[in-house]
Amino acid sequence: MGGILHIAYKLLVNDRAKYAALLVGITFAVFLMIEMTSLFAGILIRSSATVLNIGASIWVMDPAIQTVANSIPLPDYVLDEVRSIPGVKYAVPLYSGAALLKLTDGAYQAANIIGLDDTSLFGRPTLDGGNIEDIYAENAFIAVKDSEFYKLENPKVGAEFELNDHRGVIVGIAHVASSGLFGVPTLYTTYNRALQYLPNTRFTISYLLVEPKSPADVAAIKLQVTAAGYLALTKQEFVQKISNFYKYQTGIGTNMLIMTVISFIIGLSISGQTFYTFVLENLEKFGALKAIGAKGRELILMILFQATFVSLTGYGMGVGLCALIIWLARLYLPDYAATITFSNLGLAFVMVVVIAAISSYVGVRKVLRIEPFDIFRG
Amino acid sequence: MAKTAIRATGLNKWFGEGEAKTHAVKDVSFEAYLGEILYVVGPSGSGKTTMLSMISGILRPNSGTVNIEGSEIWSLGTDALAEFRLHKIGFVFQDFHLFPRLTTAENVAIPLILQKRNWDEAVKEAVADLEIVGLKDRAQLPPVKLSGGEQQRVAIARAIVSRPDILILDEPTASLDGDTGRNIVKFVREHILTDQRCIVIVTHDSRIYEFADRIVKMEDGKMMAIERNNVENLNAQ
Repeated sequence: MGGILHIAYKLLVNDRAKYAALLVGITFAVFLMIEMTSLFAGILIRSSATVLNIGASIWVMDPAIQTVANSIPLPDYVLDEVRSIPGVKYAVPLYSGAALLKLTDGAYQAANIIGLDDTSLFGRPTLDGGNIEDIYAENAFIAVKDSEFYKLENPKVGAEFELNDHRGVIVGIAHVASSGLFGVPTLYTTYNRALQYLPNTRFTISYLLVEPKSPADVAAIKLQVTAAGYLALTKQEFVQKISNFYKYQTGIGTNMLIMTVISFIIGLSISGQTFYTFVLENLEKFGALKAIGAKGRELILMILFQATFVSLTGYGMGVGLCALIIWLARLYLPDYAATITFSNLGLAFVMVVVIAAISSYVGVRKVLRIEPFDIFRG
Repeated sequence: MAKTAIRATGLNKWFGEGEAKTHAVKDVSFEAYLGEILYVVGPSGSGKTTMLSMISGILRPNSGTVNIEGSEIWSLGTDALAEFRLHKIGFVFQDFHLFPRLTTAENVAIPLILQKRNWDEAVKEAVADLEIVGLKDRAQLPPVKLSGGEQQRVAIARAIVSRPDILILDEPTASLDGDTGRNIVKFVREHILTDQRCIVIVTHDSRIYEFADRIVKMEDGKMMAIERNNVENLNAQ
């Protein structure tokens, strides 16, 4: 069977114009599909950045919360109530809010302030510079060195700023797993200092971070929290809830889906039409092969091989091009939120397989219909 | 007495239904022998090509049988018939039908490759057959770089590369100028015909009648005559 595939391969790649057109069409479609879905994946990952970076097993919140950025403050007694649930190992408060910083050059810069539990500092980032104990020093803040760090004028330990007419001092530089979605830098401090420096509502706890005694206690904790009128979600559930919000309630998901479908249609149109023309041009030759003694299934195999080969080559080139573009974009645009995931690659692969299947189906139908007698008749 | 290569008996073929029904071949019977060149001649629409397709296992007759070297070919299944054609029959098509994206040698090797022979071996044998038709030095060129006569010879090399007992040539001179066409058929007569091979040529080119052993004349789907070659007589008709 290898010989007939060799013929199919040569017929395909030696027709350089059509081979190039097929590759360009599929590569472009794959590039667009992966780029779109990667952008969306990047947005989703960044939208859950706080959840991923803090890393608590269970998050307790107001049931109306849609995203981690828009917290609804909880009364202090909820903390006591949660701590009294039998399966809870410990529970700590977390402050998450926005602030306007006045930098040394007088410019104002919005920032995300995370206030960690004063006692445990649960959810603290990994420090690249400075000591974590210094967070207890007067006016102390830890700056996160992520893609937004430069907006704080690339501060070093000891750098100062103003926050709501309070003096702030950078005592540490940290890194986290994921940057935020909204393009603002992040500062960590203690929970009480966050309350002290920032204007607040009557209730101040943004989230309760809970660690169960064992994984088996999670269900009971969630039930008890629900009974109290609040919502407890595991880290994965919270990330999923945030993702669902962006997917289904913001229009971002719909737009990305439309763009992905359009990319698919473009790829299908270009490659399908080119492949159809390719088969049509070789139709008489396929008829001659049939007359000589090629079996129908061998001709089908040739068409399928050609469609699969060009599709997989285009897929590889599309993935490579997308990775290259994202890498280049990140060099110049630190905020660029595109992440290629295995799901993106899998989705694009499935779509390419569909493109190959539809393209080859049309070709196979044509080739099976050609009769060797037609070759004799001219 | 030469051995019978093809025995066609009571072949009928019609196309269409009702008023549009066309009876293309009407009750044709004949035999072709190993070691001879048999011409099928007649005007356009006389049923030559239809008859040729039926005896070569390409077009199923509505009635009648075709026996090739003891096998009733129309009793074979589709795959078995394809396999039979691949091993027993070589085709030279009117328009050659060479693959422009393959080299000349690769084109010639196609029947061997369909027989699942190793690619390199098949191409090597193809080059040897290109030497028979005098085109060894063109082996690595694409067919589009060759003249019409050379392409015809490549098609002949492709038809004989698997050493078939029966060679079918459909209008071998139709795409060639007079001298080239005549030289091609002369070449077939002198170098391709063997005692173990039967060659059937469909043509209406009277300039090549001299190379036939016997001639089957067809008209309106009927076989009008089958006779030993008498060029002057045929040309006069």
